[in-house]
Amino acid sequence: MTNTLHRYGDADSFRDDYVVFAMCCRGRNDEGAVPKLRRFLEMALPFNPVNLGDARHGGALRASKSMNPASHWKRDVRPDFRAVIDGLNTLTTAAAVFDNRVAAEDFLKTVKAADLGLSVNISTSIDGAEQCCHEANACRHSVGYSLGFEGRTEHLPSEDVLKLSTMCGHGMVSASFAKKMVDWVKEGRRTPVEAATYMTRFCSCGVFNPSRAKRILEEARTRQK
Amino acid sequence: MRIDPGKCVACGNCTYVCPMGAIYIDPAIGRATVNRDECVECYSCFNGLSQEHLNPTLVRTIRKIFHLMRVRFDPEPDVCPTAAFAPEELTWPRVVRRAFSDPRVPHESTGVEGRGTEEVKTNDVSDRVNVGEVGFTVELGRPGVGVWFREIQEMAWELARAGVVFEKRNPVTSLMSDPRTGTIREDILNEKVLSAIIEIKVPVERTEEIVRLVHAVEKRLDTVVSLGVATRCDADGEERTVAPILERLGYKLERAKTNTGLGRITNTANAAHPGEVAAR
Repeated sequence: MTNTLHRYGDADSFRDDYVVFAMCCRGRNDEGAVPKLRRFLEMALPFNPVNLGDARHGGALRASKSMNPASHWKRDVRPDFRAVIDGLNTLTTAAAVFDNRVAAEDFLKTVKAADLGLSVNISTSIDGAEQCCHEANACRHSVGYSLGFEGRTEHLPSEDVLKLSTMCGHGMVSASFAKKMVDWVKEGRRTPVEAATYMTRFCSCGVFNPSRAKRILEEARTRQK
Repeated sequence: MRIDPGKCVACGNCTYVCPMGAIYIDPAIGRATVNRDECVECYSCFNGLSQEHLNPTLVRTIRKIFHLMRVRFDPEPDVCPTAAFAPEELTWPRVVRRAFSDPRVPHESTGVEGRGTEEVKTNDVSDRVNVGEVGFTVELGRPGVGVWFREIQEMAWELARAGVVFEKRNPVTSLMSDPRTGTIREDILNEKVLSAIIEIKVPVERTEEIVRLVHAVEKRLDTVVSLGVATRCDADGEERTVAPILERLGYKLERAKTNTGLGRITNTANAAHPGEVAAR
């Protein structure tokens, strides 16, 4: 998924960002793939993912279509992993997001042992993915490099905002909203966790990493520029 | 997308969440309004904002009182208090905007959500990019800038002139009236999308030439380009061919998407090869 390929940052900034996703190829391994995709997500749970996603229905934090005024003071901010797993009912991409390499490695080992037959990809720093594959004894088949952003880059926002907004590669977390969240954290109007939670709800396939977002917001809070 | 002026209370929350910045409070009517030229029908406002169903008159009255008292109140930033968004029935060619911009809508041409292509994510079973080949994903408009199809066509024309072939199972290719020249059907050229991917593959020897070509064309376009370069690893899982070329061109490779090779063909009867490339 190019959705996770072009995240902005250097390799070190991906130290807490490991997206492991599974998908099938139509006509090749799509028969009976839906329960396998659900099983893939289920297997991630013991390794404490920070998000799970189904590209058709969304991630573990979603917008509500029926809020009431009282819910402003008692909003449910816990990720609902079970809803993602149970809601996956069609061929799609299933993703599990981790904020540490050990969890991603252990998850990959488990997935390999399960031999689902699905294509499984890791999106993170190049070294991070290599280490995960090495630990899981998985031989890398193909690799897709991100060459970053080119062209009229003067249209792009600041680095902190770009790091946040590109965590939804589909562009559903707007730069304006990410900037607003950085500003609100600086003003003390919201905590980094709250701001990260707001942004996570906009990601429509569940690959936004709220843990990395929290760290970026904390770092941005004290930055001078 | 449109916003129901009878429901909107001009809270302004939606003006921030629009990836294209296409929503603004129109001072003439005091309501949020969508700039239809810039709106790419991504539905981020409709899908991403939580919705309350408060009485608009009551909310406007409270807002006016607070405003008069110069009180800054602190509403949740990801909520539309009156559920004012009203999706429209989209017709051709405007429906193309949503197909390329709303990731929840699968592309009809490929059945894949998002930008509608499997690229090398399933290369372990599709062989879409073979040994000695390099796959390019030239994504225009990303991140968060957007792109018009006339700009996509300009890039496609130049690539076609260089003699490359476009990936057949790709949404942009499916909208080309002539894949040999990279010409896109005329009736969508003035449609804007959040981003779109032109996908090609070439022999590894042409890697530098294509990178330089894309770099030259993108200078003429009023948008940004995210370039992805994919290749097969060796039998031992190492990649020794393309990374050195890219590093020699000055790229510092930070992030990649790695196909772990765990996929295998499991269908009982295989359909046509999904990674076929348009003949040229």
